Amino acid sequence: MLDVGRHPNIALLAYSEVEKVEGQAGDFNVTVRRKKRYVEKDKCTGCGACAEKCPTKVSDAFNEGLGSRSAIYSYFAQGIPSTHTIDPDFCRQLKGKKCGICEKVCQADAINFDQEDMIITLDVGAIIFAVGYDVFDPSQIPEYRYREIPNVVTAMEFERLLSASGPTEGHLDRPSDRTVEAEIATLEKNLKKSKRTLEKLEKKYDQTSAQFYNQYQQGQYQDDRDEQGRKKWADKYATHLAIMEPLEALKKKAEGFTVAKKLAFVQCVGSRDFRFYPFCSGYCCMHSIKEAVIAHEHEPETTSTIFGMDIRAVSKGFEEYKIRGGNNSNISYVRGRVSEIMEGPANNPVVIYEDTHKRQVESREFDMVILATACAPTKGIIKLAKVFGVALDKYGFIKTSPLSPVDTTVPGVFVCGCAESPMDVPESVAQASSAAERAAEIAIQLRSEKEKAVA
Amino acid sequence: MEALDDYTRTLPYVAFVQRHLYSCSEGGINEIKKGIEEQNLNRVVVASCTPRTHEPLFRSSCEEAGLNPYLFEMVNIRDQCSWVHMQQQVDGTAKAKDLIRMGVAKAALLKPQESIMSEVCARALVIGGGIAGLTASAALARRGYEVVLVEKKEGLGGMLNRLHKLGPTMTDAGELIEEKIREVMQHDKITVFTGARVTAVQGFIGKFDVEVETESGKKKIDIGVVLVATGGRAFVPEGLYGYDGRRVITQLEMEQLLKEGLDTDVKNVVMIQCVGSRDQERPYCSRICCQIAVKNAILIKDQIQDARVSILYRDMQMYGIENEEMFRESKAKGVRYIHYDLARPPQAESDQVLVYHSLLGREMTLTADLVVLSTPLVAQEDANVSSQLLRVPVDENGFFLEGHVKLKPLDFATDGIYLCGSARFPANIREVIAQGLGAASRASIPMSKGSVVVEPIISVLADEDACRGCSLCVALCPYSALEIRNTEKGRKVHVIDVACKGCGVCAATCYQHALTINSYTNNQLEAQIDAFLD
Repeated sequence: MLDVGRHPNIALLAYSEVEKVEGQAGDFNVTVRRKKRYVEKDKCTGCGACAEKCPTKVSDAFNEGLGSRSAIYSYFAQGIPSTHTIDPDFCRQLKGKKCGICEKVCQADAINFDQEDMIITLDVGAIIFAVGYDVFDPSQIPEYRYREIPNVVTAMEFERLLSASGPTEGHLDRPSDRTVEAEIATLEKNLKKSKRTLEKLEKKYDQTSAQFYNQYQQGQYQDDRDEQGRKKWADKYATHLAIMEPLEALKKKAEGFTVAKKLAFVQCVGSRDFRFYPFCSGYCCMHSIKEAVIAHEHEPETTSTIFGMDIRAVSKGFEEYKIRGGNNSNISYVRGRVSEIMEGPANNPVVIYEDTHKRQVESREFDMVILATACAPTKGIIKLAKVFGVALDKYGFIKTSPLSPVDTTVPGVFVCGCAESPMDVPESVAQASSAAERAAEIAIQLRSEKEKAVA
Repeated sequence: MEALDDYTRTLPYVAFVQRHLYSCSEGGINEIKKGIEEQNLNRVVVASCTPRTHEPLFRSSCEEAGLNPYLFEMVNIRDQCSWVHMQQQVDGTAKAKDLIRMGVAKAALLKPQESIMSEVCARALVIGGGIAGLTASAALARRGYEVVLVEKKEGLGGMLNRLHKLGPTMTDAGELIEEKIREVMQHDKITVFTGARVTAVQGFIGKFDVEVETESGKKKIDIGVVLVATGGRAFVPEGLYGYDGRRVITQLEMEQLLKEGLDTDVKNVVMIQCVGSRDQERPYCSRICCQIAVKNAILIKDQIQDARVSILYRDMQMYGIENEEMFRESKAKGVRYIHYDLARPPQAESDQVLVYHSLLGREMTLTADLVVLSTPLVAQEDANVSSQLLRVPVDENGFFLEGHVKLKPLDFATDGIYLCGSARFPANIREVIAQGLGAASRASIPMSKGSVVVEPIISVLADEDACRGCSLCVALCPYSALEIRNTEKGRKVHVIDVACKGCGVCAATCYQHALTINSYTNNQLEAQIDAFLD
């Protein structure tokens, strides 16, 4: 990323969309909308002071909604460029409320609430699509109860939980446990507030709240001069008790929380499934094995079971990695498709499957279930394909042919990575070089034609 | 982190300490530059991840702030510290302190270095005239570069010459390869040597001296970059499943039968997957054999509709969109799939195959007029020779080892040498063509720039008087970067700057301590050791 950001021959137009394309190979005219960030890119140093002080917290898309970010944000810490962006859907100032804190704390004077979209046009010889893919939404598969059972997560969510810079700093805290801990935090905050109020009243009347409340309940303060005040105190104390009780219960519950140690990985979620995508997404077997290996590195007691039809470990060193995972990282592989995920005691997901080697339907309880979701064509691709006039295959990936693997149906427009079809990192990197090669050929061809014309 | 921050402030020479979550982010880099400028720093030490990926970035940041990039030292407190001591936090932090102290001690003695510039000859050597080498050669020629293509066989085309049709589009392999050969032969930028071998490669990126041996003798050619496209070879399953090349054959031999047209007597075909792969001896999965089996099964059914084709498999490796579609097509055409376990492999007899169907839990006997064994692609027999000639590594299976398995799949660690096709790892036609184009792109970069800048951390003759010209170092240098020259003072070693990789073998060998490595001098390393012992 940094290499791209710093290269003198690369102009990086982040947070921008292509709106129109005219011309042909060697001579395209592209209209690009540079979306307003409400932050001046030439001034912003990426220091992050604004995000720190911003009072509005929003669910963090980069962390798959498992953490929160501010309404002014950079997508993720190492993102290039580091220019921050204001999210107009949540920013108080842009919503018409009083705020503007970011503007005050920004030492670079980069905040500009009046910024507008900018339309620019580019003259280019060739175009490369590298728009990637979307993670398949597994809530479409009712029997897996994703979103219904909190401890059923996608591989991408799990990736964020495993990440040292993620919302749990790499600890495998279960989503259900995190919810309880968040509730405890909220209740404790409220409790602190109510304690402060009670302390004031206790000082005023020189009596403990508990003592007073007991007497009040017995009717001692009926017809008191300060009946109103006494009633207020009693109400406050009742509210206090109403916080204490569930808080104690939740705290007791939280005592038993440990990190997730018994993991199930479910393969082919949305892939090799005629209801959704009949194709194999290619990389998911390997990311499940990798996530299981890393989870075991974090916590040596972790055991993982990978449920799959075929474990497709087909690239260099992959089969060996799979076997090593089995030998060293407590991973077992079960051949069979998971038919149902239910919720068991203590928010533990229960996986029901046929072990095809034993020829038996079995069920097992886990701490957490990770769904290896399919590689889905990215949502914007249909619109983009129309703009460029390139054909898509029947699933919505950009169409190519095996003999011209990076050429789209439009001359001068090329593709690489998962925009073309599901593939892993080394394949994507190799394809990126292939697309660069084809684009360079166009440029050279154009130059020699021009030279000929001059001659 | 805080403990390290506080500790570092107490170290001698340290003027300024700053902490970042991501020092390599744009913000982190800007802070480093700001630090250099505002604090007037004359050395920078970053204690973070690995110099393997990040040192060039930090060095160039120093340079942008006006500091010589070689006055920078990187301390790896991740790979060799926090990662390996994950479970021992206290000891790990103590070690990190040691490492930082050592890095600072060395940094104090660093000397500025100037990078070395060298021209690049705009001519590529492509070794291997199969589909990978042909694709790369044609691409480079279209870009306007001269190409020398060397093929050891009498004719171009490689493995594709022996194949019938290519999945999933069932393209005729012969027609495809003929077309590619024609394009290459007609291009005036490409010189083709068939029946030829590369016999010597000296030099370095931009200036390789290559010797090619052909029937008509040896030729010396100046070369700028080298592409390895030597392909793989099909494993011959001698002694396995009664292989005889007639009734029990390989998929490669099946291709030939399909080309000729199958004998109509062939009614029962049994294919066995993973023959000679995913076992003790050859643990890797050869990636493409399942696709080939499924494709050939479809072609058999196309030729003889009532043939019974069974594929005995362990995992059907039909990754991706096209493979999985082909897999379904085969099922629709009646190809049968039977799962077996490595622990109970099938047994082939004269006209039948016995298999324990592990999903049904019972033995089955399949009639077989033809048994087809799916064997892996293995490394070329002479891959080791090429590896030594080019001084590039091969992996434990004999395939060439790329610079980084994820981030540099088509480059070698050695500058100026690139890799594509099944010489790297078995790949199907789509993947090989993509890699051929990709390797051409990688190789074109130094040629289009016309020059390369080489790291100046190299061997230097620090004490000329001490050198006795014994040439022990010359014999041991893996990069041919040393030579003996006659000087006024007698025989002395000379370092060819651009070829030197700074590996240090010469300096470690020299019993006269005449040679040393820039930025790894004796006094710098001694300072590090002293700091550790403090």
